[in-house]
Amino acid sequence: MTSGGIRRSFTAAAALALASFGSVALAAPGPWQLNMERGASTWSPVAYHLNNISLAVCTVIGVLVFGAMFVAMFRFRKSRGAVAEKWSHNTMVEVIWTTIPVLILITLAYLATGGLTSWADTTGSQMTVKVTGYQWKWRYDYVDYMGKSIDKVGFMSKLDTQSDQTRQLGSGMDPFAVKVGDESTYLLNVDKPLVVPVDTKIRFVITSGDVIHSWWVPATGWKIDAIPGIINAAWANFTTPGTYRGQCAELCGQDHGFMPIVVVVKSKADFAKWLAEQETQSTAPAATPQTAQVATPAGGKQG
Amino acid sequence: MSHAATHDHHDDHHGAPKNFFQRWVMSTNHKDIGTLYLIFALTMFFIGGSFAMGIRAELFKPGMQLMQPYFFNQLTTMHALVMIFGAIMPAFVGLGNWMIPLMVGAPDMALPRMNNLSFWILPFAFILMLSTLFMPGGGPAGGWTMYPPLALQSDSLAYVVFAVHLMGISSIMGAINIIATILNMRAPGMDLLKMPVFVWSWLITAFLLIAVMPVLAGAVTMLLTDKYFGTNFFNPGGGGDPVLYQHIFWFFGHPEVYIMILPAFGIISEVVPTFARKPIFGYKAMVFAIACIAFLSFIVWAHHMFAVGLPLGAEIFFMYATMLISVPTGVKVFNWVATMWGGSMTFETPMLFSLAFIILFTIGGFSGLMLALVPADFQYHDTYFVVAHFHYVLVTGALFAIISAAYYWMPKWTGNMYSEFWGKVHFWNSVIWVNVLFFPQHFLGLAGMPRRIPDYNVAFANFNMISSIGGFLFGATQLIFIGVLIHCAFFSKKKATDRVWEGAKGLEWTVPSPAPHHTFEVPPVINDDELAHGHVND
Repeated sequence: MTSGGIRRSFTAAAALALASFGSVALAAPGPWQLNMERGASTWSPVAYHLNNISLAVCTVIGVLVFGAMFVAMFRFRKSRGAVAEKWSHNTMVEVIWTTIPVLILITLAYLATGGLTSWADTTGSQMTVKVTGYQWKWRYDYVDYMGKSIDKVGFMSKLDTQSDQTRQLGSGMDPFAVKVGDESTYLLNVDKPLVVPVDTKIRFVITSGDVIHSWWVPATGWKIDAIPGIINAAWANFTTPGTYRGQCAELCGQDHGFMPIVVVVKSKADFAKWLAEQETQSTAPAATPQTAQVATPAGGKQG
Repeated sequence: MSHAATHDHHDDHHGAPKNFFQRWVMSTNHKDIGTLYLIFALTMFFIGGSFAMGIRAELFKPGMQLMQPYFFNQLTTMHALVMIFGAIMPAFVGLGNWMIPLMVGAPDMALPRMNNLSFWILPFAFILMLSTLFMPGGGPAGGWTMYPPLALQSDSLAYVVFAVHLMGISSIMGAINIIATILNMRAPGMDLLKMPVFVWSWLITAFLLIAVMPVLAGAVTMLLTDKYFGTNFFNPGGGGDPVLYQHIFWFFGHPEVYIMILPAFGIISEVVPTFARKPIFGYKAMVFAIACIAFLSFIVWAHHMFAVGLPLGAEIFFMYATMLISVPTGVKVFNWVATMWGGSMTFETPMLFSLAFIILFTIGGFSGLMLALVPADFQYHDTYFVVAHFHYVLVTGALFAIISAAYYWMPKWTGNMYSEFWGKVHFWNSVIWVNVLFFPQHFLGLAGMPRRIPDYNVAFANFNMISSIGGFLFGATQLIFIGVLIHCAFFSKKKATDRVWEGAKGLEWTVPSPAPHHTFEVPPVINDDELAHGHVND
């Protein structure tokens, strides 16, 4: 490792302490990150807390079961003169260790069901964005905002040039050198990010123009597949302005690893300004929405 | 040959044929076919393993160093297909072939000629599938699940579909054979509820195979007709539905997961009582738990699809059904621990692998429970957390059980003891490096690294490097296993006794070591005290 690598490791160790306790809304994954991030939307803590609770439950059960196993392995060794007993049944014990897991499961199921129900409720959204996956880029179309429909604001979003050049086989370029400010953005940056307002319930309608993709920004707490011929819906309400990064999460061909997602969350005022700019530019042909091509399975080639 | 021990009064034709071609290619002997299956599985394990080495080498550090992304996708796809259909499943069929007749007191499998056919299909199926790697369009690269529309873009689809059909035919014939053997060929007095748990686990697994392999065949046939015959089952452009494929595939796929783990449960349930010198705790509960898990496996398929946008009611149903599986699985783990409690344990290599199985498979079960919780799964789905989960249940689960079984029965197969020292070297290296390999992948997944990507952000660099180092060393460790096997079969001077292990019970230990070419031509007289589970009222 270079000295830069060592420095990185030290910053990493610092980030680790924060990241593993999830007290910060992370915009992107950090080195040595151990746990899921809390996210930056109103719903994302549901996934985060459920992850922590179930991990804790599993850890406690694991300590008890493996503990009993290790005690057995030390106490009942032939080399210590242990003589095998004959019993092979104990109804009381069996009833207990069937019932207790059931009770634990009911608790977990209760928590998960509540979280899931709130996730599925896309009503009352103040904004709609249509997301379309393509091999290997994303398209965003703004449908409506605060009850007003938006025309002709839509654009393609694909891997940034610096990452794209660096990721070529034998490019000789250093992935660690791909940065925006202090943030390492290798394969997690795009040419044109999705811009949305903070504190707004945004409904995402998600589909695909060719094969199945999956739209995933960990800060929202969820991912959902982009499927040709099907329109999926999900919602997010970001609580903090910032830049949030994600990736395609369903294998979609050779460049599956190279179609990141970047969401820039702005204050409502900044967003209104940005949207107005986009609307004035929208007469330019560059912003004309491409028609989604229907999947022609036999035609295309992955390679 | 040592077959003389049990039937020297018979004619020559009862011995193993001297002619190599006759003995191995035309074999109808369950032991020889079992050996063929095991050698085939081991070969495939190293081929699939070499693909894994390629994957881990490319992921060693960020940036593309070794291969184009499309070739990387071929490696991940082929690694899964080869390991699942070529290594794990044939290894269990091989163990079943070898041991089930010996454990139930049958002279051979019920349908010996079909047994030969079901093995010899496999090499051809895999030559066909692996040959696609050398074709102009390359091998399949859409993942082993072959989701359309992506899978329909592959030029090698027809080869893979045909290979899957052949494997399916082979598996179904193997399953029919095992069911027929267990139900019809048991020695008098070997009641169903006196059978070893391994035999029980295979009986239930065989029913799963017969139930779901045709479903897989149907799903891939629809892919084939979509690509070449103008149908539109999965093509939205023609009114089809890509999600339909996923439902059909996982209706096969989830029972398939249990096809790869139930026989492992059976193996652990044989090994642990032997080395704890104490009968298995709760025999009936163990059998019932396997049956329960098998039933539940049919109603949990959509937990692989929580992110496809299922209706809320479906997500809740499949979440509850999936969580339910942890109850019978928990019972099995508790019962293994209770079997050890109050025993008189020794720690030979088979026992070490079984103990590692119990702990590490349980860790895989924990992450499975976490994955069942839909809101958390929205984050875990299709990340390295899932990769870590299924490698814990398949490598430290299924594979460790197979290795444990190999050490456990190897003296019976070869007549020689393996080297306990090298067996332990193999074990300790395996158990350490497999955790270095897969444990950090939990962290990668939680931090947000998707699976099936050839390159990644630098934030994931540290754990990927650790994981790759673990991977290379785990792979290298398996060469020790080859050495132990060859030494045991051909060079070991230490002869095995008939019983082999002090605490071993069951019919397979009443025949000489090595097991003669033909055994139990006259049904054995069953003495309940000789059986591992002779007294079922316990």
